[in-house]
Amino acid sequence: MAMAWIWTGMVVLSLIFGVLNGTIGAVSAAAMEGARAAVELCFSMAGILCLWSGVMAVMERCGLTRGLSRLFAPLLRRLMPNACRDRETLSALSANLSCNLLGLGNAATPLGIQAARRMARGTEGTATDELCLLVVMNTASIQLLPTTIAGVRAACGAAEPFDILPAVWLASVLSVAAGVGAAKLFSRFTRNIRS
Amino acid sequence: MDLSALLVPALLAVTAVVAMGRHVNVYDVLTDGAREGLAVLLRILPPLVGLLTAVYMFRASGAMELLAGVLAPVLTRLGIPPETAALLLIRPVSGGGALAIGSDLMAQYGPDSYIGRCAAVMLGSTETTFYTIAVYFGSAGIQRTRHTIPAALIADLTGFIAAAFAVRLLLPS
Repeated sequence: MAMAWIWTGMVVLSLIFGVLNGTIGAVSAAAMEGARAAVELCFSMAGILCLWSGVMAVMERCGLTRGLSRLFAPLLRRLMPNACRDRETLSALSANLSCNLLGLGNAATPLGIQAARRMARGTEGTATDELCLLVVMNTASIQLLPTTIAGVRAACGAAEPFDILPAVWLASVLSVAAGVGAAKLFSRFTRNIRS
Repeated sequence: MDLSALLVPALLAVTAVVAMGRHVNVYDVLTDGAREGLAVLLRILPPLVGLLTAVYMFRASGAMELLAGVLAPVLTRLGIPPETAALLLIRPVSGGGALAIGSDLMAQYGPDSYIGRCAAVMLGSTETTFYTIAVYFGSAGIQRTRHTIPAALIADLTGFIAAAFAVRLLLPS
């Protein structure tokens, strides 16, 4: 529903500003242009997106997700000690983290939800500190290869679509660290029902 | 030699060799995966048609410029280019909307410009926060989310500031 409001808001504001600024002719042309640009964009990023989805599938099949999961278990035990006492929650959490890292959103979300459900048992509708932390970590992006964005960059004629990788990694790490830090800090001021 | 130019070919070759070593049929798995990429593309095309239409109209009407102007004093102080104002506002709410605005910025200013790169890094280092919160807490049956939303928004804001900073630091143009 939020999107319906945003879309309506943008279109109505465009009409109002178009009339007030005398740019209504340009607005009219832009409406036709935008739809065409969307299809063009999808066509020109199709190649790179499909290729890297394929490469990611190969990496996945080689057991990269399982290897990464083993790597993350100690870190998760420190961040969420209560939840990680349950073996199944721990394995869902670490698989969620590895799939996020590899950009396998379709696989990451069900795993994260599985972990969240187990962590929510007996909480009567109030999130625990650790559940808040899990959701905050999932609202931050930790993707190693942002293939869709590389696809858009390639479609726009970037010299090297992947040259933004180090910058993406740095920004992602700082963003996740800020989220985890904020969640840990705020949890002291809001009531935790089960610790 | 440019190390970043090595990344893509090396990644492809290493993946293929490791997969062959583990008796994975690289070619079949690759093509199956590519088909999944096509499914992703088909899923984002319809919302992108609607959203890019709105974004193009919004920009042509002059409203986008006004929004950037209003937020410019705050954003400049944070080191964020004001041209990305609309991207920051829509990012936590709509993934498709953010992709539409981001791709428009890249097309308009050029993918290798400071603003184009900022937009790309911002898209790559943040997520659709409210959607994620709704999906997770919805399926876990949680109504009281406590400090999740403020903490997640702090992560988003940090991501935006860090994206602009990282582009200036690592990709000086």
